[in-house]
This record gives sequence, C-alpha cells and structure tokens, in this order.
Amino acid sequence: MNKISSAIQVIPVEHYLYISLAMFAIGFMGVLFRRNTIIIMMCIELMLTAVNLLLTAFSAYHSDSAGQVFVFFIMLVAAAEVAVGLSILVMMKRKVDSVDIDVLTRLKG
Amino acid sequence: MVFLFYLLTAIMLISALMVVFSRYPINSVIYLIICFLMVAGHYILLNAQFLAVVHIIVYTGAVMVLFLFVLMLLNLNAKIDTHRSVLIRIAAVVSGGLLFLVLVAALKGSLTAPLSGKFDSSIGLVKNLGMVLYKDFMLPFEMSSVLFLSAMVGALMLSKRQ
Repeated sequence: MNKISSAIQVIPVEHYLYISLAMFAIGFMGVLFRRNTIIIMMCIELMLTAVNLLLTAFSAYHSDSAGQVFVFFIMLVAAAEVAVGLSILVMMKRKVDSVDIDVLTRLKG
Repeated sequence: MVFLFYLLTAIMLISALMVVFSRYPINSVIYLIICFLMVAGHYILLNAQFLAVVHIIVYTGAVMVLFLFVLMLLNLNAKIDTHRSVLIRIAAVVSGGLLFLVLVAALKGSLTAPLSGKFDSSIGLVKNLGMVLYKDFMLPFEMSSVLFLSAMVGALMLSKRQ
C-alpha cells in the first residue's frame, strides 16, 4: 500500500494535468472528426474520463476526499447520459435508418 | 513506479487516439475499453482504490456493454463508416491540437502553489470515502438515485415502439 501511494511523491501533479488535457483534446477532436453518432458519444465519454482523472489527481495530491466524491457523481451522470443517449440513437436508427450525425439536422424543424 | 506511470499514460493516449481513428466501430469500443482500464490503473496509482473499482464496474462493465449491445442490435459494423471530407478532418485535427495548446499555455504556470503540508494516503479507500459520501454528500447521493430512475424511465419511453 505504501509502495503504491509513493507515486504521488515522485510524479509532479503537472504531468496529470498534461495527460488529462491531451485526452480531453483527443475526445474533442473525435467529436469533430467522426460522423457516426455512437463514436461521438464514445468521445464524449473520453472527455468526461479525462476530467475525472484530473479531479482524482488533484484530490489525491491535496488529500481532500471531496474531489473523489465529485468523480463518483460525474460517473453516475455519465452512465445516465449514455442510457438516454443510446435510446435516442436506437430511435433515430429506427426512424431514419442511419446513425449519421448530419442526418440529425432535420431536428431543427 | 515512474516507468509504470509512463507506460499507463502511453497506452491510454494511444488507445484514445485509436478510438477516433479506427475504421470499424467495434474496434473503437475495444480501444475505449483498453483506455478505461488504463485510467483505472492510474486511479490505483493515485491510491484511489474505490474509484478504480467503480470505474471498472460502471464503465468497462456497464457502459461499454451497452455500447456493444447497441452496435450489435443496430448492426452498425456491417459497413465501414463513411468519413467526413479531408478538409473537415484536417480542420478537426488542427482545432483539437489548438485546444490542447491553448489549455496547456493557460494552465502551465497555474500550479505553483505548494501542496498542503500533511499528506494522507488513505482518503481514496472505501472506508474513508463512504464516510464522506454518507455524511457530507447525503442529499446529492439520494438525488442521484432519482436522476437514475428518471433516466431509466426516459430510456424506456424513448425506445418503446409507438
């Protein structure tokens, strides 16, 4: 247990900041890059996970457990979001027979 | 320890890139599972065991299975995803890189404040986190159960055939 927690002492917190920012940027790029709605939702999950990782790192470095509770709540909201989003996706596939994000422009009415 | 950190980071970032760039949606799901497992490794490295377990159960166990089920039900893997035009793809990569650059430049010198003196390595354990969750965050915890119930009802209503 002590051996594992010693990672906090040797790795500066900036490294967690940089890898979280990189992962967030990758997710952002994926949202713009792909047309498949299901992959866009996966990229949103990537962005949420990057934020979670950074929150956990700050919480661990500052010895404050409130940050980890926030990560727990973000996970709950992400799970609910995926359930609703995927059911919208299933309905969209049923109505217009496509999961292309560009087809959804007809939602403008 | 440092080697483990960089190994986890490298696999995590490469598989995150492969989520975006792989041709078949099913490969994207597999790469996302790898990426999430590496994030769980990071949590263990940060001594947040509770979050590591919850992350594996919720994301790799529930969310990714949901994605896989939808992929199989809709039969999305049958044909290769149509890509956007080359111009939009280049623009997406450039704007992602620019976002990374701007965020790094904005946050580079912001972490100069010293960390708190006393260091407690047991805050991420189940016992500690459970006390905080049920004492200080009782109301949000109960509200999230209502959120889950409404999400479940909403998903059922949406996917019901008219």
